[in-house]
Amino acid sequence: MAVVIRECSYILVHVPDFVRYGSKPARDIPINGGPGGALERRIYEHVRSYDEAVAYPPNQVYIGNMHPDDLHTTPQPWFEHPVAGAKRHGKFGEILPEEEWYGWLKIADDFNLVWLTPAFIAQIRDVVSGHPFLEEEDIGKLGNGVAINKIRDKIERDDALPLYYDGSLVGSIRRDHEVDDTLKAQVLMENLMAKASGALAMHHLFNRAGIEPQQVDFILSCSEEAVGDRYNRGGGSLSKAIGEMCRCVNATGHDIKAFCAAPIHAIMDAASLVQAGVFERVVVVGGGCLAKIGMKYVGHLKHDMPVLEDVLAGFAFLLTPDDGVSPIVRLDSIGKHDVGAGSSQQEIMTSLIVKPLERIGVKMMAIDKYATELHNPEVTLPAGSGNTPLTNYKIMGALAALRGEIGRDQIDTFVRERGMPGFSPTQGHIPAAVPFLGHALEAMQQGRMQNTMFVAKGSLFLGRMSQLSDGLSFLLERNPRRNG
Amino acid sequence: MFKGKNVIVVGERDGVPGPAIAKCLQAAGANILYKTTECFV
Repeated sequence: MAVVIRECSYILVHVPDFVRYGSKPARDIPINGGPGGALERRIYEHVRSYDEAVAYPPNQVYIGNMHPDDLHTTPQPWFEHPVAGAKRHGKFGEILPEEEWYGWLKIADDFNLVWLTPAFIAQIRDVVSGHPFLEEEDIGKLGNGVAINKIRDKIERDDALPLYYDGSLVGSIRRDHEVDDTLKAQVLMENLMAKASGALAMHHLFNRAGIEPQQVDFILSCSEEAVGDRYNRGGGSLSKAIGEMCRCVNATGHDIKAFCAAPIHAIMDAASLVQAGVFERVVVVGGGCLAKIGMKYVGHLKHDMPVLEDVLAGFAFLLTPDDGVSPIVRLDSIGKHDVGAGSSQQEIMTSLIVKPLERIGVKMMAIDKYATELHNPEVTLPAGSGNTPLTNYKIMGALAALRGEIGRDQIDTFVRERGMPGFSPTQGHIPAAVPFLGHALEAMQQGRMQNTMFVAKGSLFLGRMSQLSDGLSFLLERNPRRNG
Repeated sequence: MFKGKNVIVVGERDGVPGPAIAKCLQAAGANILYKTTECFV
């Protein structure tokens, strides 16, 4: 039995007032004037409006209104070339405004961590209620709010963090233990934002797939967070919390941890569970990573450009047995970076691409597109962090040349035709090849593409337990049973 | 030029990782004090 990826969804959440809580700004602001000081003011002179974030070409690619290859012909800098008539909603999902996001955050909060003022709740109630995925029971969780003086007191006396909308104080998020640093306000905020954005993505998935939440059997979250307490840091399980928020009453789940490569690990695991007949419908979900919001802000301020890391991202995928239509996950094509494989880029790419393709008798040039880390270069280049997708595509092209499949003078053509410009937010697991999955599903359904190889790497060394990196890959193929 | 020199190695995930640089420098006679790889994206 084959396993297919039946449907996908992609969401962005515009969170300009949370840029101060990304890991890098949150470390830098206290030593550069503190809240309201020089650095925070400078950052907030460079954040974008919601309309600017919606019209940003890479964001329109992410939610499916443009193809990644359209960026080849979109003049740069992209932030100076907004998409005319850009829409909040795309084929794959939406870009949620921050005003509504506060409603989602409060609805995700089962421990009364988030306090919002009565005036702000009154302000957002109608727009939050208007979202088609939220029900009356959800809206009831908004409550009536907490008085502003009580919120100020919680911030001043009890280490709660202030929450802002359009620069004004509208609430707070509190810690849930006096000394446990895994339950401090910053960590709980990160986890709650991953939960709520994952839930938004999962709702869109059900809507697109036309299935009810109760039809889901199992959920794998590949989000980058560490839910737990002092005794079990990173214990999880965000997957079940997201499932609860989406009313997946017949599902349970667990979390997949593999640094940035986690989505590929999760898809492999989900496909294996379906193929083995353990579960029929498995959802892979990734919520956004607050820690990486504003990560490259220093480079952006240096170049007097907008702080582009102002959107949380999320995605969700539904894997099922072969439906005769949807593209197939080739489980015999899994490429893995073994412990003893070596750490050079050539060795890593050989493990992830050449070896698995050789095993199933497919040439590198028989692959229509390669999806690799798809970080938006407009975010990383000003910070001196390079163009990640371009670097990887050049290595792939060089490998194809080394194998004699193309001439050395054809490497640039390989990069352009079988690669793509980076367009994804930089939240680690988010750009890990899978932002192209929606475009690939669509192209294969329409007969415009036969296959795509998804390749992602994970930086295990960042956790200081090993000098090794990691990586995993798989091939997605057009369903041979599909007509036309 | 590296023989007998003390070296701190910082590699890059999408470039050359720390262990690969350290191996080359060791072969050239350097003394590796610390090696790491960082991810800059």
